[in-house]
Amino acid sequence: MYETSDIKKNLKIQIDGAPYAVVEFQFVKPGKGGAFTRTKLKNMISGAVLERTFRSGEKLEPADMSERQMQYLYMEGDNAVFMDTSDYEQIQLTQEQLGDNRFYLVDGLMVDVLFFNDKPIGVTPPNFVELEVVETEPGFKGDTSSNTTKPAKLSTGLEVQVPLFIDQGEWLKIDTRTGSYSERVKK
Amino acid sequence: MRRGERHRLGRTRIENLERRHRALQALRHFFDDRGFVEVETPAIVPSPGLDYHLEAFEVGHTGGPRYLHTSPEYQMKRLLAGGFERIYQICKAFRRDEQGTFHNPEFTMLEWYRTHAGACEVMQDTEELIASIVRRLSGGTTLVGTDGPIDVAPPFARMTVAQAFARYADVDVFEVLPDEERFFRLLIERIEPNLGREQPVFLTHYPASMASLARLTPEDPRFADRFETYVDGIELSNGFGELVDPAEQRIRLERDQARRRTDGRAVYPIDERFMAALEEGVPPSGGNALGVDRLVMLLIGSRDIADVMTFTTEEV
Repeated sequence: MYETSDIKKNLKIQIDGAPYAVVEFQFVKPGKGGAFTRTKLKNMISGAVLERTFRSGEKLEPADMSERQMQYLYMEGDNAVFMDTSDYEQIQLTQEQLGDNRFYLVDGLMVDVLFFNDKPIGVTPPNFVELEVVETEPGFKGDTSSNTTKPAKLSTGLEVQVPLFIDQGEWLKIDTRTGSYSERVKK
Repeated sequence: MRRGERHRLGRTRIENLERRHRALQALRHFFDDRGFVEVETPAIVPSPGLDYHLEAFEVGHTGGPRYLHTSPEYQMKRLLAGGFERIYQICKAFRRDEQGTFHNPEFTMLEWYRTHAGACEVMQDTEELIASIVRRLSGGTTLVGTDGPIDVAPPFARMTVAQAFARYADVDVFEVLPDEERFFRLLIERIEPNLGREQPVFLTHYPASMASLARLTPEDPRFADRFETYVDGIELSNGFGELVDPAEQRIRLERDQARRRTDGRAVYPIDERFMAALEEGVPPSGGNALGVDRLVMLLIGSRDIADVMTFTTEEV
């Protein structure tokens, strides 16, 4: 069990059967009163943010979290299938559990799958993935400097703003932390 | 010194410490002008105070345990018994296990007392003091608050604890009172964040059970003659019309000791010289303890106590 003095940013705890990460915390103590720690907690499954105040000395239940590197195989209906390449164990995640990360899943991609109580709850893709442009207005070859952008649709369905010189069929490096265009790559 | 740390202070930190210096000058000027005598009482004491929620640092000493005081209250009241009528002190107070954006285990406390007064007169001192410091530092009477300017021109707003609980938590404070944890949870979560946003506010008339060193209000014994000052949601000071009745004081201190003993906390002795001073006679008096670091923090618009300290306990 954790103590309130263990509370720090990103500490993972379990409340009512759900995993939460500490987003913000503050020690509060009225001069003539008991000490508490006020926290903002993020539900690691739903993303909902919760405010919770813990009395000093109160015990916090650690969330049993683990990560495994797994390979994305394919979609089966609405679920994405991942495999641990060391023991061939396969798991599935729903579109909802994947969230925006579903836009980064390309065949064979290695991702970190996050488990809570040994059940998969989400993935962390690599910081950058390479995706193909499937739809965008024809590019202006000469324009490599201006800050003007245009929308482009990528092979996974992701829409990003790209510089004007980008053409259909080109490959782009996308930053998965921000969901934005990083640079053009030669394939 | 840890690797990567440098002694060169940022320009902002230096400016903050210079403003702290000017605030302390203004503070001393305020009290000196009004005939208060600045005093210094010992930090090493036989009893650090019996407040249930304060833990003291014990220091080694031949002839029995000694502690760093959690406030200089006992010794300053002894000075009132000794004949002083208006005294103030700026000193370090020490409280174990208090560390955060508004807390540091050793912090600077301003404490003042005046005889023949109660909470009412001390509240007047408090609002005039804060306004006078702000004026000297900025020329105006506003502070930068979280939601906009805070007007510190006297008089400050006044609200009873019962009014605050009704207004912000929609409960009767006397119904909450038997559950102390709930009282403080509501205070922290629902009430304090609303206090002193547009102008400072005095929270007054604490339930009688919530003050071990304050007298009861002359008009109504359900309440203690205690107030707290809040600015921008931050507790800045705690003041009393002081309890000067030795019999009542002993009952309360013994009750505090019993509660500490029951809950397995350190039981500090009753300061018998303080008790003797009450026996000898302390005139009816009012006093206030104000957190100087927090005041300076509010003056400069910061919300981190480290911004106005040379070094926090973690930095020494």
